[in-house]
Amino acid sequence: MAELVSLWIYLAATPLFGLTATIVTYVVMHAVYERLGQAPWANPVLWTVLALVALLALTGTSYPAYFAGAQFIHFLLGPAVVALAWPLWQRRDELRRRAVPLGLAALTGGFVAAASAVAIGWALGLTPELLRSLAPKSVTAPVAMGIAEHLGGIPALAAAFAVLTGLVGALSAKYLFDALGIHDYEVRGFALGTTSHGLGAARAMQVHPDAGAYAGLALGLQVVLATLLMPLLAGAMAMVAP
Amino acid sequence: MDALRGFAWLLLCQSAGELAARLAGAKLPGPVIGMLLLLVALNVPFVRRSVEAAANALLSHLSLLFVPVGVGVIAHVALLADFGWRLAVVIVVSTLLGMAATALVLRALWRRG
Repeated sequence: MAELVSLWIYLAATPLFGLTATIVTYVVMHAVYERLGQAPWANPVLWTVLALVALLALTGTSYPAYFAGAQFIHFLLGPAVVALAWPLWQRRDELRRRAVPLGLAALTGGFVAAASAVAIGWALGLTPELLRSLAPKSVTAPVAMGIAEHLGGIPALAAAFAVLTGLVGALSAKYLFDALGIHDYEVRGFALGTTSHGLGAARAMQVHPDAGAYAGLALGLQVVLATLLMPLLAGAMAMVAP
Repeated sequence: MDALRGFAWLLLCQSAGELAARLAGAKLPGPVIGMLLLLVALNVPFVRRSVEAAANALLSHLSLLFVPVGVGVIAHVALLADFGWRLAVVIVVSTLLGMAATALVLRALWRRG
């Protein structure tokens, strides 16, 4: 028993633990998700995260100790964003033809998501600091952090809001689009990517390749639009939440 | 080998993107500039062939890559719990409104066009 404990202490302290736990849990949760016909509520990211949080709590493992192993997976987010160029390149002709409607839809959706978050938050009496951290939540987490900082929000909170927004979109999109009578995979993917960035794109990619490609495009457009319009956003925030 | 060669292209584009962002003081993140660079580089046939394998491998498991960040967020959920239901309302409602607005605008514009 004592030997087992010391072996566990050794393993838990190496990056092997975080990496193995992440991949094994995800493989299991993904198999369940497939088995359930890719039901949105069975989202493999959500359940893997919840299972890992429980595992960390049960074993008394700190987040930094876990991240020592998980960072190898986290690192791949950068190359994955670069890789989004591939589905875009494949559809370059149709995207060029549709540039104007796609640009207008991205602008409208990004504005509605940010403005409604700030307006509802303001009406519910949230602090200006929280409102500033909520505004960029439809932009992918690393960029949202930078924008929140520029707006005078809290970067760590902005990252948390962005991830939660991604999960909410991935879980609810199917029901929302079904209710609105939107059946076109390209429109569904684009709308999901516009508000729910990477996590939305990941879900869209699993549902249909067209949805995935348009979600990836939407994610990229939000980053570009949010970055370009940041001075405007800062001005608006200064008026609403001084 | 194609996948590995493709991965090398992805990393090269990302590195060039990070470098460009640093040098130009641009607000765009390195990987996004890298994506734009790769979009240009894909016009070269031998880049395209190897990138396809790597991109498909990475993108088909895109959701796995969000797990470490997700664990970090939920582990700090106590911080969010202080603001409770109000934050939940803001995030859920604004996300639904944003998605609905995007989808309805895009559908309306496509039907016209």
